[in-house]
Amino acid sequence: MRVIKAENISKLYRLGQVGTGSMFHDVNRWWHTMRGKEDPYLRVGEVNDRTQKGSSDYVWALKDIDFEVEQGEVLGIIGRNGAGKSTLLKILSRTTSPTTGTIKVKGRIASLLEVGTGFHPELSGRDNIFMNGTILGMTRAEIKSRFDEIVDFAGIERYLDTPVKRYSSGMYLRLAFAVAAHLESEILIVDEVLAVGDYEFQKKCLGKMKDVSESQGRTVLFVSHNMQSVASLSSRLLIMNNGLVRQFRDPLEGIEFYNHENTGFDKNRFSGKAEKGVGDNNYLIVNEYYLCDETGNRKTGFSNNETIVVNLNFEVKNTDPLLTVGIGLYTADGVNLFWSIHLEEDNPVSLHKGSHNIKILVRDLLLNEGNYKIELIVAVHNKQWIYRPEFNAPYLIFSIFRQPGLRDIWSSKRQGSLVPYVKYIK
Amino acid sequence: MGKKQFLNKKNPPISTEQEDWDLIIKPKSDLFEINLSEVWKYRDLMWMFVKRDFAAQYKQTVLGPLWHFIQPLFTTLIFVVVFSRIAALSTDGLPPLIFYLSGITIWNYFSSCLIATSNTFVSNAYIFGKVYFPRLVMPLSVVLSNIVKFGIQLLLLIAVMIWYAVNGTEIHTGNSFFFIPLILLMMAGMGLGLGIIISSLTTKYRDFAVLVTFGVQLLMYATPVVFPMSAVKSPDLKLWLSINPLTPLVEAFRYGLLGAGSFDAMQLLYSGIFILLLLIFGLFLFGKVEKTFMDTV
Repeated sequence: MRVIKAENISKLYRLGQVGTGSMFHDVNRWWHTMRGKEDPYLRVGEVNDRTQKGSSDYVWALKDIDFEVEQGEVLGIIGRNGAGKSTLLKILSRTTSPTTGTIKVKGRIASLLEVGTGFHPELSGRDNIFMNGTILGMTRAEIKSRFDEIVDFAGIERYLDTPVKRYSSGMYLRLAFAVAAHLESEILIVDEVLAVGDYEFQKKCLGKMKDVSESQGRTVLFVSHNMQSVASLSSRLLIMNNGLVRQFRDPLEGIEFYNHENTGFDKNRFSGKAEKGVGDNNYLIVNEYYLCDETGNRKTGFSNNETIVVNLNFEVKNTDPLLTVGIGLYTADGVNLFWSIHLEEDNPVSLHKGSHNIKILVRDLLLNEGNYKIELIVAVHNKQWIYRPEFNAPYLIFSIFRQPGLRDIWSSKRQGSLVPYVKYIK
Repeated sequence: MGKKQFLNKKNPPISTEQEDWDLIIKPKSDLFEINLSEVWKYRDLMWMFVKRDFAAQYKQTVLGPLWHFIQPLFTTLIFVVVFSRIAALSTDGLPPLIFYLSGITIWNYFSSCLIATSNTFVSNAYIFGKVYFPRLVMPLSVVLSNIVKFGIQLLLLIAVMIWYAVNGTEIHTGNSFFFIPLILLMMAGMGLGLGIIISSLTTKYRDFAVLVTFGVQLLMYATPVVFPMSAVKSPDLKLWLSINPLTPLVEAFRYGLLGAGSFDAMQLLYSGIFILLLLIFGLFLFGKVEKTFMDTV
């Protein structure tokens, strides 16, 4: 059953100061329309890219967005800052209206754009549960009937009668999320609220959201920058970019797409496959360069207990005993983790004339969760660069997701780029 | 990446499903989209706001709710000194303390309703920006919580009346206590109507917020709060004063409670109609602004 149907949603925002200073604009606008001229301030139509300076004071924060949500779905929404995610959620939760378009909704919507909306610092946790609950659309009776559950979920029983201004930010969040999680709405909208709170509580929240959608058939829309929770939680993905939207039936696929578009790596250099005219040489031609897992499935998202397989297919035109291929691994911050070339092995594969298919294996339990870049290395060792990392080499971007192999003792992620097993012996 | 799926925007799947939606979000509201049944659904929230108002207002004060007495009492004392002792204005035959206290009690109700509701959008922007509920709940809760404050001040007034009566001053309690609720309702309507109009205008131009604070003070002198209508001799002035729809309310309040002042059904009817129109216009403006004020506030 379809519970949300959005058609042609657009939202126009005026940039700059609105308020006391814009009286002149209003008068001027009135003066223009009185004389039958067009609004001097409304030169509309620019796509919203926050990095570009536009010529108009007006931008489309959302532009002609269509989407539908089925009952029981968990729709993840990702996108860069300023991509229009929050605007969309604001419209869905009716804190502002769209400029054009309609959204049809079946069932009650509860939105959690923020934690603890309406919490009053002076009131006790108990009072604030009622305050927050009623603001989110529950009746007192409903809250009363679930009060114990809420307190239990939040785990703040001891502080129930303390004013929330004395709470730590984590406790505050726990209480707020607990109230929201026990709402009896059919649709729950969550914006980035899991960013706070310790790992244990984050897991609890994620579990609750999953539970809400799976067993209770409720629909969840959530915005997050945490690809891991998006991957594990959502059944479908909406990627927003400059007020436009793209939908993916398979969230992992969406995340891969997003990673390619948005990792912030140098995009001036080509990626994936070698292009003509770049790295021209007499030695070899790269045909294929991609990542897959050990069974051969192409992908760019790996868990940290998987071996990453770099596939390299090339044709050697002229050989040289020192001709070598390899990879350079970099973090998203551009830190070089290592370089490796095939000649370092004891009995290196011989690169005779003809076509070659080489698999380069990057072992499991090496990289911590995060985004990485694999640059191709091709060179005549110590003599000539053909593909040089960070210079002209084709590169691939991939993500590592955490697979809880280590005990869940780290609150968020283990520090550092690497996750080797380390032994502690008595 | 290869097989990414773009849903075809131009040809959305043809819907064969039922079209009974619970909620339709669309750009422009209908002319009068104040959904009173929705406000009723949120009555618990209204009550929570009232409660919060009280719980929070006097936290970390020593005197707490006593401030509700102190403020009108001191204002009254000043008025007694300035207007009765120095300026020697008539008090309609009532003890000055009772005359001014009664005026201040009903006037305070109006002015605090007005000032608080005229801030609705600006001061609650942080909540309104995060969650939806019928916005009207907020000003209505203000009107309600001020009724409680009014009740407290009314108790003070009655205590003073009893004190005077015990000490031998003859107090004619009006025999028409019953229309005090009506007057209160009209005052509430006036404060609410004017308040939501101003709050709607304030979302874009804060000038109106400044206007309210001293406008209310000036308006008090255009209303028979510190003087009775009977003391106004000039017919021109009388006419001007009776244009003010608050005039018959204050007079009738005194009449109902104390038997002094005037009661004019036609005048009250005029006020009633004025307030009704004000409320309709206010609700219209409020409904127009509430949908998008987050973009301009």
